[in-house]
Amino acid sequence: MQPTASTTDFGYNSKIEGDVVVTRVDAALNWFRKNSLWPMPMGLACCAIELMAVGASRFDIARFGSEVMRFSPRQSDVMIVAGTVTYKMALAVKRIYDQMADPKWVIAMGACASTGGMYRSYAVLQGVDNIIPVDIYVAGCPPRPEALLDALIKLQAKVGKESVLGLKHKAA
Amino acid sequence: MLSPSVFICVHLWFHFLLNVAAIDFANQLKARFGDLLSEPAEFRGEATLKVADAERIVEVCEFVKKSLGFNMLLDISSIDNYGEDPRWTIVYELYHMEQKAHLRLKTEVSEEKSELPTITTVWRTADWHEREIYDMMGVRFRGHPDLRRILMWDGYPYFPLRKDFPLSGKPSDLPDLAFTKTAPLEGGPFVTVPGGKDALAREPRVRIPQTESVATISRLERRDDVRPAHEPDAPQPNTAMPKP
Repeated sequence: MQPTASTTDFGYNSKIEGDVVVTRVDAALNWFRKNSLWPMPMGLACCAIELMAVGASRFDIARFGSEVMRFSPRQSDVMIVAGTVTYKMALAVKRIYDQMADPKWVIAMGACASTGGMYRSYAVLQGVDNIIPVDIYVAGCPPRPEALLDALIKLQAKVGKESVLGLKHKAA
Repeated sequence: MLSPSVFICVHLWFHFLLNVAAIDFANQLKARFGDLLSEPAEFRGEATLKVADAERIVEVCEFVKKSLGFNMLLDISSIDNYGEDPRWTIVYELYHMEQKAHLRLKTEVSEEKSELPTITTVWRTADWHEREIYDMMGVRFRGHPDLRRILMWDGYPYFPLRKDFPLSGKPSDLPDLAFTKTAPLEGGPFVTVPGGKDALAREPRVRIPQTESVATISRLERRDDVRPAHEPDAPQPNTAMPKP
């Protein structure tokens, strides 16, 4: 992907530039944010097992700065909805999302969270995007841990393109 | 007067020798209650009896537990015989842990009544089983200590495992608690057919249930890909992969 102007990581050479780093506020803040996305693990079904694998040593989400799973919505940045969202749970998920401080993002992990999956049923919400805005959808039932890591990397790219004023940049 | 140890030995020996089968227990039960119960049926070592009057289920269960020694209630399930009377069948699965005997009691309840006595007084574990039946089928258990819904939320207006409840659900809304919407079935449900000759014949897709309904048959006639699964004698479509 071609970086847009605001996402360019400014090259830095201390021999030429001394102890001064020149950048834009957007780029700096987004760099802080995207490399330290603290997840809110909304584990609702079997996808949560894969989510745990992502957090464990073999896949190690810490490599991407997201190892700090916060069970308090006040301290987390990205809600990973891992599993089947039933109607009984739906408004609780929305309430927890509402309690998260801005800026905040959502990953819908797996078929159920994305679309209701195989549960075309009276009991299951047909995709968590019916109640909260979703940034990244991950296919799979459940997705492999690598797929969730890929989603996280894609989310980091997305976060890097956002404006600190909350205005999304137009696609270049 | 026998000493306790002798008594225990005799007791163990008695059980070992006797090895009472479920059908023997069922016959004892039948002998005790007579016309209230049907003739016991045996299938794969398990015995089944029908209890003619659901109101007397408690005294039957008490005898089964206290005199016959069925110390475990495995499950209570319910059947919706939609379109028939009585509409509900309640099935009690009982287990004798010492004799490894499985006994099944069935009783029927009409739709108008939709109520029968609780057996939580006999096996306390019946509590959640009866709550689940109330939640899913809407059959009430008189005398239950806490007859609330167990899976759906209080205030949900339907009983979703009834045969006349659509698979896709019905819309409902309880502000600040929960809402439901109708699920998109896209002509489904998508089901597999066991025994299809290849993966194409077996794979999940829209299958028309085998019914006498005119609407269903006319739909079926338009579906050459589905029909063979329902009419084994009909000419099979050519599902072979084209040669490269």
